[in-house]
Amino acid sequence: MRLPCPCCGWRDLREFTYKGAADMLHRPALDDASGWDDHLHNRTNPAGETRDLWYHDPCGTWVCVTRDTVSHAVISGATLGEAR
Amino acid sequence: MRFNALSVLRQGLAGNTGWRPHWRKPDPKPEYEMLIIGGGGHGLATAYYLAKNHGLTNIAVLEKGYLGGGSIGRNTTIVRANYFLPGNSEFYSHSLKLWEGLEADLNYNVMHSQRGLINIFHSDGQRDAAARRGNAMLAQGDDAILLGREEVREILPYLDYDQARFPIYGGLYHKRGGTARHDAVAWGYARGADQRGVDLIENCEVTGISVDAGRVTGVTTTRGQIKARKVGIVTAGRTSQVAAMAGLRLPIESHILQAFVTEGLKPCLDHVVTFGMGHFYISQSDKGGLVFGGDLDFYASYAARGNLPGVEQVMEAGMTLMPMIGRAKMLRSWGGIMDMTPDGSPIIDRTPIDGLYLDAGWCYGGFKAVPASGWCMAHLMATDQPHPVARRFRLDRFATGDLLDEEGTGSQHNLH
Amino acid sequence: MKRRDTGGSALNRARKLGFSFDGRALTGIEGDTLASSLLANGARLVGRSFKYHRPRGVMTAGSEEPNAMVEVLRDGSFHPNIRATMQELHQGLEARAQNCWPSVRRDVMAVNDLLSPFLGAGFYYKTFMWPRTFWEGLYEPLIRRAAGLGRLPQSHQDAPHEKAFAFCDLLVIGSGPAGLMAALAAARAGADVILAEEDRQMGGRLLCDAGQIDGMPGGTWAAGVLAELTDLPNVRLMPRTSVFGAYDGGVYGVMERVGLHMAAPGRTPRECYWRITAKRAILATGALERPIAHPDNDRPGVMMLGAVASYWHRFAVDPGRVVVFGNNDHALATAKALAADGMDIRAYIDPREIAADAPFKTYQGEVIGTRGRHGLHSVTLRHQGRETRLEADTLALSGGWNPSLHLACHMNGRPVWDAGIAAFVPRPDMVPGMAVVGAAAGQFSTHAALMTGAQAARAALADLGRSAPDTPLPQVEDAPYALTPLWQVQAKGRAWLDFANDVTTKDVAQAAREGFASVEHMKRYTTQGMAPDQGKSSNMGALAVLADATGGTIAGTGTTTFRPPFVPVSIAALGAGGYGASFAPQRFTTSHAQTRRMGAPMIEAGLWYRPSYFPQATDRDWRCACNRETLYVRHAVGVCDVSTLGKIDVQGPDAARFLDFVYTNTMSSLKPGRVRYGLMLREDGHVMDDGTCARLADQHFLITTTTAAAGEVMRHLDFVQQAYCADWAFRLISVTEAWAQFAIAGPLADALLGHLLGDVPDLPFLGCTPVTLGGVEGRLFRISFSGERGYELAVPARYGADLFRQLVALAEGLGGGAYGMEALNVLRIEKGFVTHAEIDGRVTAFDLGLQGMVSAKKDCIGKAASQRPGLTGAARLQLVGLRPVDRQSEITAGAHLYPCDKPAKATYGQGHVTSVSYSPTLQSWLGLALVENGRARHGETLRLDDGLRGLRTDVEICNPVFLDPDGGRMRD
Ligand SMILES: Cc1cc2nc3c(=O)[nH]c(=O)nc-3n(C[C@H](O)[C@H](O)[C@H](O)COP(=O)(O)OP(=O)(O)OC[C@H]3O[C@@H](n4cnc5c(N)ncnc54)[C@H](O)[C@@H]3O)c2cc1C
Ligand SMILES: [Zn+2]
Repeated sequence: MRLPCPCCGWRDLREFTYKGAADMLHRPALDDASGWDDHLHNRTNPAGETRDLWYHDPCGTWVCVTRDTVSHAVISGATLGEAR
Repeated sequence: MRFNALSVLRQGLAGNTGWRPHWRKPDPKPEYEMLIIGGGGHGLATAYYLAKNHGLTNIAVLEKGYLGGGSIGRNTTIVRANYFLPGNSEFYSHSLKLWEGLEADLNYNVMHSQRGLINIFHSDGQRDAAARRGNAMLAQGDDAILLGREEVREILPYLDYDQARFPIYGGLYHKRGGTARHDAVAWGYARGADQRGVDLIENCEVTGISVDAGRVTGVTTTRGQIKARKVGIVTAGRTSQVAAMAGLRLPIESHILQAFVTEGLKPCLDHVVTFGMGHFYISQSDKGGLVFGGDLDFYASYAARGNLPGVEQVMEAGMTLMPMIGRAKMLRSWGGIMDMTPDGSPIIDRTPIDGLYLDAGWCYGGFKAVPASGWCMAHLMATDQPHPVARRFRLDRFATGDLLDEEGTGSQHNLH
Repeated sequence: MKRRDTGGSALNRARKLGFSFDGRALTGIEGDTLASSLLANGARLVGRSFKYHRPRGVMTAGSEEPNAMVEVLRDGSFHPNIRATMQELHQGLEARAQNCWPSVRRDVMAVNDLLSPFLGAGFYYKTFMWPRTFWEGLYEPLIRRAAGLGRLPQSHQDAPHEKAFAFCDLLVIGSGPAGLMAALAAARAGADVILAEEDRQMGGRLLCDAGQIDGMPGGTWAAGVLAELTDLPNVRLMPRTSVFGAYDGGVYGVMERVGLHMAAPGRTPRECYWRITAKRAILATGALERPIAHPDNDRPGVMMLGAVASYWHRFAVDPGRVVVFGNNDHALATAKALAADGMDIRAYIDPREIAADAPFKTYQGEVIGTRGRHGLHSVTLRHQGRETRLEADTLALSGGWNPSLHLACHMNGRPVWDAGIAAFVPRPDMVPGMAVVGAAAGQFSTHAALMTGAQAARAALADLGRSAPDTPLPQVEDAPYALTPLWQVQAKGRAWLDFANDVTTKDVAQAAREGFASVEHMKRYTTQGMAPDQGKSSNMGALAVLADATGGTIAGTGTTTFRPPFVPVSIAALGAGGYGASFAPQRFTTSHAQTRRMGAPMIEAGLWYRPSYFPQATDRDWRCACNRETLYVRHAVGVCDVSTLGKIDVQGPDAARFLDFVYTNTMSSLKPGRVRYGLMLREDGHVMDDGTCARLADQHFLITTTTAAAGEVMRHLDFVQQAYCADWAFRLISVTEAWAQFAIAGPLADALLGHLLGDVPDLPFLGCTPVTLGGVEGRLFRISFSGERGYELAVPARYGADLFRQLVALAEGLGGGAYGMEALNVLRIEKGFVTHAEIDGRVTAFDLGLQGMVSAKKDCIGKAASQRPGLTGAARLQLVGLRPVDRQSEITAGAHLYPCDKPAKATYGQGHVTSVSYSPTLQSWLGLALVENGRARHGETLRLDDGLRGLRTDVEICNPVFLDPDGGRMRD
């Protein structure tokens, strides 16, 4: 698999570290207990198109990748700023 | 028909023409008392124990493909009871005891082989962690032996003791650990459930869950509507999709785990060996293939196939730990879909919807759990009370913080 | 079987090669494979089958070989499961049969064949269950010994193997007419082309077919194309190379045999494992001929017709008297061509009606049996209701062809049934970017192969934005291919489907009878398709028999999934680079060489190597060294390289604000020139790491992480910045390798610094300041991980080695010296400082008694989740100190704790010991532990139980800070 780093272009899977679904980009308010439970634990976990977060180790960029969890097609990559 | 040496002999003499199907292929009835969604190991075991322990037989297992076609038939078959956190420890201990009587119970040879499992450790810190684990196993009434480097060498002479990147300090030996024949577990439970009257319905995908006023009323399937007052979701890697049919969003992310088998070899590896630093585990099947694997591919996926970086990681770990396997050839590789939870431990619980139950989150350790999971899920569905050995597998434990994080890696699904 | 006097396009008859099989000295010819040379030597029996130990011989001429698996001597030991068809012959090659004892001719396990009625599909699921204990003790060892194929030597596989990456515009897989045409068209257009071919020679079917292309023999045409490709700089030809897997993103797994055909490869890698990333790929892997399931079709001497032709043309192997059993026009045409070329074809048998214009006898009928104990003597056929026996040395089967589309299915794509050729063919786009051409796509004529190859190349070039010069299609004439499917002959006796796993038509029928009627169930129940050939020769036949048994169609029954690898690949090559120390990177500090010179054993910590202790000649054991080094620090001065700690430089107007957000405590209130201990949580509220934060200037911070967590913390900080603080003005970067940093600790630390710096800056505890040493800009921090007055001195890494030498010398002059990780551990336990033994990913600030460090005034990463009810309270395991009631009694890490009056049962567990050490200062064993409600229980006695090591002793819970609890020694 190859993934697009907004900074470096398409690179090999070996260069990335995975974090999880892009839902995590939105932090709930400090006192929103159920919001935090959902943020930390619950996932839509779609079979199909998803957005998830990858760290490009060589350059330190976090990438929000749009891809398909069934076909493994990789559609695009964006910086977290663009993704939010 | 009972299976034994005599039946094999008799049938053999008669040209093997008298064997009958191991389970019926019934059409679904319009209504059952309970439905189990998912004909994997956990679903079939749940049905079996509902019938056997609770006398409930108006039950159907709904499987979208063929029985045992999911992870139950793709795993590396390691069976062990070496968990150390209270909550997990008693559950897997219970499971191992069920394994030890499984052939007699099912009248099916699942080839449970207690050949011994050795966890290799590579530093003082890892030794301390192994000791903590081993002492927890003893305290649970299970077995564990702490081996020094030379003792490991005696048992596993082929490991690389001289120049491995992570030197071998010793191992934690769990003699009752071992393997079993995965398909046979599914088939054995299927046959047992079928014989007790459970309907096993294949090629029957659940496409909807009907809920009325907060209570489950049945399911929609590719073979029609089926009514039931209690429904269990036991669909492992596909749990999120099925739960979503009832509007639930779960603490599960699906990931790929790959596994590998070599061409057949004469016996050369008599134990199950795991390598802590390299995420590598290996055993030899009775047919002679070395069966091995490592870590997840690490990204969410339903593809049931992996990529080369994961392959290389496992092969390299194998080469550094036991370089003899370099002469073997990988014959086949495959992947399964793992239902990963944020603490790496499973869920056997009611859901917010009345009559809807959940057995999921087995990560990559659900094979060994099959008997106890079926046992406890059956208990839950029959009595509406958690079974004592599974009482901590609650769905709300993430919200409350009563976590069961054996790896200590925190709420990131792929790190367990 | 023997060698013909002439012919053999693969052979260099000038060079004879001596080799041996099962100890018998034989002679072959350069260019032979082991299989061809064995056949030429008349050695038909080469192995025994998996289950029934039936005699088996060579069936095919390629990697799909199910039978001829042997052990071959390489690098001093016999390697198992080598396909004789793929092993090129070299001088001195030694091979032997496997899965037989005492010899391949007289194999005692052949009794299994007599027991076969009882060993049918799945018999083992139904028996061997009683008595329970006999499974591990008796049944399983028996089964294991009987099963398996070759033997795996226990010695290390340390022969060189390599791995490599390559990139190209177009990867062409297979060098038959379709592949050559595709490569040629793309190469002429200037694209970067890799052409991979499994065989030693390129040309595929053209090497053994008699057909003409552009008026010349196919082989001659291929040679011309290859000559052109060889000369083109944009083409890489890779013979001896199997593409074994198709992966995401145009990545292909590829195995090249580099030295396996050499008599003495030396340092030449045996194999090279390539990861080829191709923008487009063309699959031109041809087709595999399929056998016919008739009784006793597994005898040595029964071969595939195409293989007989290949051995004849390429290796000049004369198969003797040949009977051909086919069901298709291609088979008949091949038989005629071979006969015309001089092969002794005695008969052609076909269930279809055939025109009798052949130079041999033809029968409309079927083969219903064979004879010959160790090799074929005769063939029995049935035609016009009669049985006839024909003497024969070779029975050549041709049941039609299966497109070799395995790679196209590696991404879960399902092929479709093509009734015209009675085979599965690929659908478009099963693998993104890959086109399938020629026979692999079910296009069985040479003309169609050339045409589809050229078309696919043009399409790929167009996708890549290249225009293709018109490459004219060569002229060929070939006949259409027609067949009538024949999957099994209905006759008495066992007919093999899967030769490698000994699965017969009866097994498949029995599986169906037992309810294993879906194709995946049948495969798992009978093991059909799970042998080393992965069902290449048996899948179609088994499917057809299953469809028959269940009354379904083949198309409806469907196939099982093809998964990588296409051919088995060696683990040594896939894991190249893993053997020995190169498995993971090794990181060395600047003091490494000096430390090694001082004799210190090294231990690894987060890929780094650190000294365990510094031994002296008089030491009885490592404890002596450890005690000595501990006392250096407590009484004089010790020096320790702490450069492995992660160091992250944070700068900018919003740097302080950021640190407030990632640390639980407040860093913005820190004054320049001061350092603060900091705690970071994971977002889930558990402790991630601890370290120090130094404010070097108003907008400039330097934070440290633990050695093991450095990477994780950096990733985390990058995430927090990019996800939540994107518009804040600050930057961060890891500077771990840029600085060498040394702890200087002990009452004489100032004296040492005085010698080094002349002037010791007047630093308060937790102060920091720039210093200059001999013109080098360094940094001095007054921090302590030992509880003594101490400093950490950092210099640019290139001065580290020098500084370490000086520091050690100065310390030794003051009655101290270097200390290693063992002493460091004692020092920190005496002070109750935690490491990752305590911060094990499950603990919270509350558990460590550090809840006071979580600022109530601000939000921070992990704060919300740390407030969950389950993460605080009396039920939590909390950090405590432990002392044995009997001070000299040893305690161990990993032991569990119980009430003194209760047995060591899980239900009574109170917690466990995380770290221990013997304190030479306090003359006692000390431990840190996590104990339920521990902080409230200081003074209580518990029973420590380490059942694993037979240790049991009473311990007292106490404050985890054993030494100098108010910290006067480090502060004043
Ligand atoms: C490579 C690999 C190695 C492993 N190694 C080990 C090991 O060594 N030891 C160990 O203990 N565990 C191991 N595991 C984990 C273990 O296999 C799984 O945790 C366990 O099998 C999952 O439970 P199951 O058997 O019920 O799941 P499955 O067999 O996956 O069953 C779930 C079933 O639900 C069906 N289903 C899904 N959706 C629907 C629907 N909508 N309608 C109807 N049916 C549906 C699926 O078709 C499937 O049959 C491994 C897993 C893999 C993939
Ligand atoms: Zn990048």
